[in-house]
Amino acid sequence: MRWINRKPDHVSQIILALLSFMIILVVYTLTSQARLAVNPSDKLMPAISKIIETAGRLIFEPDKRSGEILFWKDSLVSLVRICIGIIIAGVSGLFFGMAIGMIPYIRAALSPLVKVISVVPPLALLPIMFIALGLGETSKITLIVIGVTPFIIRDLIARVDEIPVEQIVKAQTLGANTFVIAKSVVLPQIMPRLVSAIRLSLGPAWLFLIAAEAVAAEAGLGYRIFLVRRYLAMDVILTYVIWISFLAFVMDWVLRKTSENLWPWMESKS
Amino acid sequence: MSFVSVRNLYQKYGNRPILERVNFEAGEGEFVSIVGASGCGKSTFLRLLLAQEIPSKGVISIAGAEPAKEPSLDRGVVFQRYSVFPHRTVLQNLVAVFAMKNSLGMLSRSEKKDAENAAMTALERIGLAHMKDQYPSALSGGMQQRLAIAQALLAKPKILLLDEPFGALDPGTTANMHDFLLELHDETKMSVFMVTHDLEEGFKLGNRLLVFDKPRWDPDFPDAYGATITFDLDTNQDKSTIDHIRETSNVQ
Ligand SMILES: Nc1ncnc2c1ncn2[C@@H]1O[C@H](COP(=O)(O)OP(=O)(O)OP(=O)(O)O)[C@@H](O)[C@H]1O
Ligand SMILES: [Mg+2]
Repeated sequence: MRWINRKPDHVSQIILALLSFMIILVVYTLTSQARLAVNPSDKLMPAISKIIETAGRLIFEPDKRSGEILFWKDSLVSLVRICIGIIIAGVSGLFFGMAIGMIPYIRAALSPLVKVISVVPPLALLPIMFIALGLGETSKITLIVIGVTPFIIRDLIARVDEIPVEQIVKAQTLGANTFVIAKSVVLPQIMPRLVSAIRLSLGPAWLFLIAAEAVAAEAGLGYRIFLVRRYLAMDVILTYVIWISFLAFVMDWVLRKTSENLWPWMESKS
Repeated sequence: MSFVSVRNLYQKYGNRPILERVNFEAGEGEFVSIVGASGCGKSTFLRLLLAQEIPSKGVISIAGAEPAKEPSLDRGVVFQRYSVFPHRTVLQNLVAVFAMKNSLGMLSRSEKKDAENAAMTALERIGLAHMKDQYPSALSGGMQQRLAIAQALLAKPKILLLDEPFGALDPGTTANMHDFLLELHDETKMSVFMVTHDLEEGFKLGNRLLVFDKPRWDPDFPDAYGATITFDLDTNQDKSTIDHIRETSNVQ
């Protein structure tokens, strides 16, 4: 049988998936042990047990100086930043995406501008934002907003264009004005698309957040990993990296479930 | 003054004439079938009647009104596909007929109740009452088209435009849909324009049949001239012409 036609059964699928993780874990453990055998104070590849121990300390023990648990503070600060950024980007992306997609005059005015903005690498704008908006929260959130909004707008314009013209004509023959078409025909069909555009934007949003925090911040997940880098605290960095990945995963999962529950007609359509 | 009047209609896309010198009058309540070779401009003619497009030249007037600039409640339409709203259930698709007229797209509580009652009556009439809470994707092609026709009729348009409404259905379903449509036409006495690629269907349903074709033809430049109405017949009297149309106008 050809390899393209051989399919693993359910159990093999799980085993294979676990296997790839196990291999990485085993390779890491062996290398780490070998390095620690040569140099017990090696920091580059801490033992798994060390990482778990550090993680426990980070999660449960308050900081000596401030009395706060920095891990949770960092998480909260970063989550607030990324959520505000994503919400602003989502709302403005939805508004401009629908307006440009539906109304030819607005398309003529704004579509070229959006195209130009979306080719500017957002990270190159970071210094400008720090200069113009200061080092506080605004500049970090703005970077996320500027980084992902053009993508969301362009994606939604394409989704509006995909709505069959027949539906728009039909709504007009039922007496709908532009507002009602936007509200009752376009918006409900575009909302699930907005959620998937946001899901795709989460990766870049985290990238912009961590970059901004690395450059200038007083707290935050990105700030912390770049801070402890100086002490080669790999155990802390790895804990944070795993935690950030977990947060990103949970956000994606929540959005996907929301979409599936709110818009069941989307699922059965495809 | 006739109910639908089309005078000296031309439509061009770029430099390419699609329709030329189309003249036509129809009385209220007529069922007009439109046939013609593929790509000759039948859908274009329907879009012009619908006011989805503005003609390059000429005038279309319905019930004596000024030529329309955009689609409105006067003209109902059913396309081959995509005529119902996929994000609304069957019942909500019909309730939309009442809600969309409102400038905010909303109904008061009592209006909503009335709308739902009217929608349920219509659903029972078209045999879809048991599907009222399903989304259109769960309906068969024939059910979707019945829903689309009911939706268009509920808005009480002055004319109903159908562009190959049964083109995507299998033959058995199509026959049922023919009876359904004829019954509705008898009940409502609505003026109907239906494009079809099936000459028999056009004869069976319409009381009048229009054939679109290019009267002038330049073999070196097939796009040089547009199509116009080459036959305009009463389907009750001119049954014998069906073969003649087949031979001369490249329709099946
Ligand atoms: N918006 C447009 N811009 C340019 N050309 C168009 C446009 N719409 C239609 N055409 C062209 O006009 C011609 C007539 O199209 P139309 O859809 O009216 O034909 P039709 O008779 O309905 O054909 P069919 O039987 O395939 O449905 C076609 O050659 C088509 O390519
Ligand atoms: Mg057509």
